[in-house]
Amino acid sequence: MVSTVLFFIFAGFAIACGISLVYHRNPLYSAISLVGVFLSLSCIYITLAAPFIAAVQVLIYAGAIMVLVVFVIMLLNLDDDRPRKSLTYLYGIGGGLGLALLANAFFVYYAVSRVPNHEVNTDETVGRTLSIGQSMYTEYLLPVEIVGVMLLMAIIGGVVLARRLSQPQLELVVDEELDIRNEKEEKDDFRVSF
Amino acid sequence: MESVLKTAFPFVVYAVAILLAFQGVLMIVAYTVLAERKVLGWMQGRIGPNRVGPWGVLQPFADLLKFIFKEDLVPDKSTKFVYFLAPLIALTCALMPIVVYPFGPRLSDPLGWLVPYVANWPTIGPAINWVALQALNMPLTVAHIDVGVLFVLGITSVGVYGIALAGWSSNSKYSLMGGLRSSAQMISYELAMGASVLGVVMLAGTLDLNGIIEAQTKSPFKWFIIPQIIGFFVFLISAFAETNRVPFDLPEAETELVAGFHTEYSALKFALFFMAEYVNMFTVSVMCTVLFLGGWYVPGLSRIFEVGSIPYALISHLVFIGKICAFLFLYIWVRGTLPRFRFDQLMNFGWKFLLPVAIGNVILTVVIVYFLNS
Amino acid sequence: MEPSLASYLALSGTLFAIGAVGVVYKRNALGVFMCIELMLNAVNLTFVAFSRYYADVTGQLFVFMVMSVAAAEAAVGLGIIISFFRNRQSIDVDDASILKN
Repeated sequence: MVSTVLFFIFAGFAIACGISLVYHRNPLYSAISLVGVFLSLSCIYITLAAPFIAAVQVLIYAGAIMVLVVFVIMLLNLDDDRPRKSLTYLYGIGGGLGLALLANAFFVYYAVSRVPNHEVNTDETVGRTLSIGQSMYTEYLLPVEIVGVMLLMAIIGGVVLARRLSQPQLELVVDEELDIRNEKEEKDDFRVSF
Repeated sequence: MESVLKTAFPFVVYAVAILLAFQGVLMIVAYTVLAERKVLGWMQGRIGPNRVGPWGVLQPFADLLKFIFKEDLVPDKSTKFVYFLAPLIALTCALMPIVVYPFGPRLSDPLGWLVPYVANWPTIGPAINWVALQALNMPLTVAHIDVGVLFVLGITSVGVYGIALAGWSSNSKYSLMGGLRSSAQMISYELAMGASVLGVVMLAGTLDLNGIIEAQTKSPFKWFIIPQIIGFFVFLISAFAETNRVPFDLPEAETELVAGFHTEYSALKFALFFMAEYVNMFTVSVMCTVLFLGGWYVPGLSRIFEVGSIPYALISHLVFIGKICAFLFLYIWVRGTLPRFRFDQLMNFGWKFLLPVAIGNVILTVVIVYFLNS
Repeated sequence: MEPSLASYLALSGTLFAIGAVGVVYKRNALGVFMCIELMLNAVNLTFVAFSRYYADVTGQLFVFMVMSVAAAEAAVGLGIIISFFRNRQSIDVDDASILKN
């Protein structure tokens, strides 16, 4: 009973925040709404007896990814997102797509609730850290390794992309300094050759 | 009627427990502020606040009244909704971890002594008997969750939003710079902090805060500060950075940024940020105590008192609070001693020194744990 | 009484639909990025719900993988957005048409 009430509260909050994410033109408002969605989904995970996933959801999504996004929004000091006149045809496409997906969601609800009820698993050990860790390092070792390699690639990619190209820094070196360096090198060469 | 009362009982218990825990923590936090001013005063050859009450013990309440009655200024060009939201986020995220703190060991029978006295009373006797049965093996934690460490790390990492949004919404250069600095700093040091906790989690084999303490309750040599001395120092340093305290208080560096992210905040809203900072200090001290110093465990106490008895729990609890206060004193001491870092020094230190050391510590621990187990 | 599996799936489907609409509507690269995150989260919810109702830990593991992918996506995606902003002073996705004019 309690979990049903909690589910409807958090589901309503998640949907409201999702709509506000799409509605707001200011990217920072969208980001705050998305954090709201993440937090309410994390609460729903707790009612689904998955405390580990709930904690990781808060830690990774709300605590790391969205902080980065907010940081970028603050850094770039973005203006509001103004719609373009030439792109109004997208409203039709987007609305149609949204309605189709929404209809799909309700069809899934209808179809699944017609199926005879599957016995709810009251066994709470599935969501525990221990069982997740065990299957992560035995049965699913290869995917975990691949994810690790992918994260390494992402780190390198992020560094390469966000780094300024070295062109402007070369201009900082004044010609005189270059001359001095050349002289020094020549002297060094001289000494070595002796 | 009776069944309704029995259904409502757990809710009442949780409400009372949360109230007690919050009240206790907030009192300690209020007196930390006073202690900070006193100790800093002594370190600098002053007396510190001594006007309100004897030795200034009522100073926190005077401060609170002043905060409440001050004029509340709202900048005209600020983004109002976010401006009001930011201090709420900061304080909520600071207070939420209180529910998982392990304040003491389990009480095996906290109300057992009461039952014989009231056994003959008409309605209250059976009721207290029932409550005493419910209270058997009572933990001194509000909520016992399996992933306490992750919960605390996660909630405190959400606290960054309070500072970042405060900086953005005030519509002031100083605030924005303070907010940017603090979010960069907190993201950077969170990594080192998480990595330093990993070693302890591997040795204890659990993410549960009570379980981690249980793993250290054999002798003081089992305290994780001994095998994890590197992790302890990495955790301590990154804790100072996470709570924006000296020497890492760049987000509110007075000489550069006026007051950083809370430049435009006044009265009660400033008080919320202020309280959030001190509650965060408390949280970090609790984590340090639990992860590295054995939490509520007192060496040799189980020989004097029976495990689970009331005096055992009480002394353990007081020692736990004492350990936390020692860390809070360390914070004040460092503030009175060290100068502030420069921002590039801070970033270099976090990424190029602290993080590699923490990861090296994790690898070392993995190797040692592997060979010990095999 | 627990909420049925169908209601979790309906919530997930609704969130996915909102995210998909947002991807089409948003002109801002960061907005598009956030809507994609919302869609990923909607899928995560189905994984956890199925994992609960079939007592199988695989679903939760997949959530973990999806989160790692999202983290990698954030690292690379935000890098791309920043370098794009440096070149064009805008992060409108329609400005990312350097082949066109």
